[in-house]
Amino acid sequence: MKGITTFIIKDILKNRIVILYTLILCGFSWSIFSLEDNVSKGILSLLNIILLIVPLVSVIFANIYMYNSTEFIELLVSQPVKRSSIWYAMFTGLAVALNAAFLIGIGIPVLLFIHPLTALVVILAGVLLTTIFVSVAMLCFILMRDKAKGIGLSIMLWLFLSLMYDGLVLFFMFQFADYPIEKIMVLLTAINPVDLARIQVLLQIDVAALMGYTGAIFKKLFGTQTGYFTSFIFMLVWIVVPYFFSLRLFKNKDL
Amino acid sequence: MKDLTYHFLVLFFVLTHTVVLAKNIHVGPGKENRSIRAALLLAKDGDTIFVYHSLYKEGNIIINKKITMIGVDYPVIDGDKKFEVVSIKSDNVIFRGFQVQNSGYGSLNDLGGIKVYDAGNIIIENNILENNFFSIYINFGKNILIKNNKIRAYGIEEQQIGNGIHCWKSDSLQIIGNHIQGHRDGIYFEFVTHSIIWRNVSRFNIRYGLHFMFSNDDAYINNVFDGNGAGVAVMYTKKVTMYNNTFKNSTGDASYGILLKEISDAEIVGNRFLSNTSALFLEGANRIMIKKNVFSNNGWGLKIQANCMENVISQNNFIGNTFDVSTNGSLVLNKFDKNYWDKYEGYDLDKDMYGDIPFHPLNVYSFIIENNPIAMLLFRSFMVTLLEKTEKLIPSITPEDFRDDHPLLKAYSL
Repeated sequence: MKGITTFIIKDILKNRIVILYTLILCGFSWSIFSLEDNVSKGILSLLNIILLIVPLVSVIFANIYMYNSTEFIELLVSQPVKRSSIWYAMFTGLAVALNAAFLIGIGIPVLLFIHPLTALVVILAGVLLTTIFVSVAMLCFILMRDKAKGIGLSIMLWLFLSLMYDGLVLFFMFQFADYPIEKIMVLLTAINPVDLARIQVLLQIDVAALMGYTGAIFKKLFGTQTGYFTSFIFMLVWIVVPYFFSLRLFKNKDL
Repeated sequence: MKDLTYHFLVLFFVLTHTVVLAKNIHVGPGKENRSIRAALLLAKDGDTIFVYHSLYKEGNIIINKKITMIGVDYPVIDGDKKFEVVSIKSDNVIFRGFQVQNSGYGSLNDLGGIKVYDAGNIIIENNILENNFFSIYINFGKNILIKNNKIRAYGIEEQQIGNGIHCWKSDSLQIIGNHIQGHRDGIYFEFVTHSIIWRNVSRFNIRYGLHFMFSNDDAYINNVFDGNGAGVAVMYTKKVTMYNNTFKNSTGDASYGILLKEISDAEIVGNRFLSNTSALFLEGANRIMIKKNVFSNNGWGLKIQANCMENVISQNNFIGNTFDVSTNGSLVLNKFDKNYWDKYEGYDLDKDMYGDIPFHPLNVYSFIIENNPIAMLLFRSFMVTLLEKTEKLIPSITPEDFRDDHPLLKAYSL
């Protein structure tokens, strides 16, 4: 199993797209921090990359890689290897390789330029989002036999979680503004991993505003130690649930 | 001629006579007096009392003569948590170099560590005030210098503790270089006029670092207000000048760097507002010049209510604030000009240092948050950013003429 995992990691790391992805992230973050003398503005630009670009690349790359490895997976299945370890190896390989790209591209400059605690939150957010979208991509792969449909589904999921979801929540909020919807709003945002990542970074850079009345509930729910912990758990659920769901489907699938 | 010289000589001796008579009285272990009270009984106008290091628990010490009290090596005067410690009830008193501690607490009487009653020409200097109810209390004072005192209290609840330097109905005070910590209000002024507050540090007080009301013609220069419960509040006052002060770390629900309420004709110049929830809050404030200040890393830089008129906000730096400006109405009677806004995204083709398109400092989302606080949850999400950008280009909710016509492209070096 270890052999398969290392093989996949090496295979992905050699992939030109991943190298290009690393370089692009690197270029983005270095240019942001060296051009912008205002660090908190730099973090903001970076936040948009982490919330939009990183999930998009992760989900599409992982998905296409899965489809391209269909024959390889079939070959492995015919060997005396457990299906769960094949699936585990694929997941680990993808997650490790893409996270490595993220850490080299964004992690290093972030650690160099911004406050260590904020940097840690930003990096953790990026790593969790990458892993979540790899897990989602594998679910899409197993749900759709057709490659076009699978990629379509993963892009749709990204579009929904990254862009549309907030619009819907905003719409919901305006419609029901007269009612006590605080708890529902918090729950709705906590469901979406992209929102959770954004809120954690927000707690670092807009801390003064969040100490006020507007942020009181916010700070209480997300800013405390239990808040951080809960957000982390919610994001882990987003990794674990799609992964085990896809694993179950893979185990029983007639390839 | 000889007669005249003789008369002059007589006059000279008569004049110097009183000076010569002014004597020094020493108090302390092994000295001629063991208690300050005894020394005060002996003293006449113009005498100097030297008090040496020891612990003096003598109840309420009343100074009702024109004398100089000098503490050698910080003698400790203790109020035993029952009494007002030192009461100054005479003009021309100098009180220097003491440690005054543990004044009584009263819910009816404002007991002070050092309290001045209806007196003038007083110097209170280089004292340490520890754990008093009110530390320095000036009641109907005139020409008083309060300098380099270290004031510290350990208040927990607002009702249980008084103010650090409390001044009531006074005139021509100089409050210079004091450190105040842990009181209710660091410096409190009510009906105090023509006074200067210079180089004080007021930190971690329960309510306000500085609080004044009905105190016209005062100047606040080079003070630091840090981490006070609700920042600084100034109300119902005319002609105040605030230069080069630092207001920082006032974070919380109703905390402000400065809260201005019903203030007119003031000058707020060269101050630094750092990491406050709301840096500067203006309500009913008129004709105020806000110039060359730095607003950095605050939640809200400027909260300017619609009932403020003819204020000029110019040449300030707004850097790294979550929201630079917010307001509660659509009426704009104030002028924003030539400020630096780090959120400005314009250009300068004619190279005159000012951006060619005006900047709209109002963020539409701060409007939304004002009404739906929970909307903060979605702040900086893609949809909200989109909403903000559209509003910036085509203002529909925010007032169109709320703008800076000459936004600077590079920050002022302030």
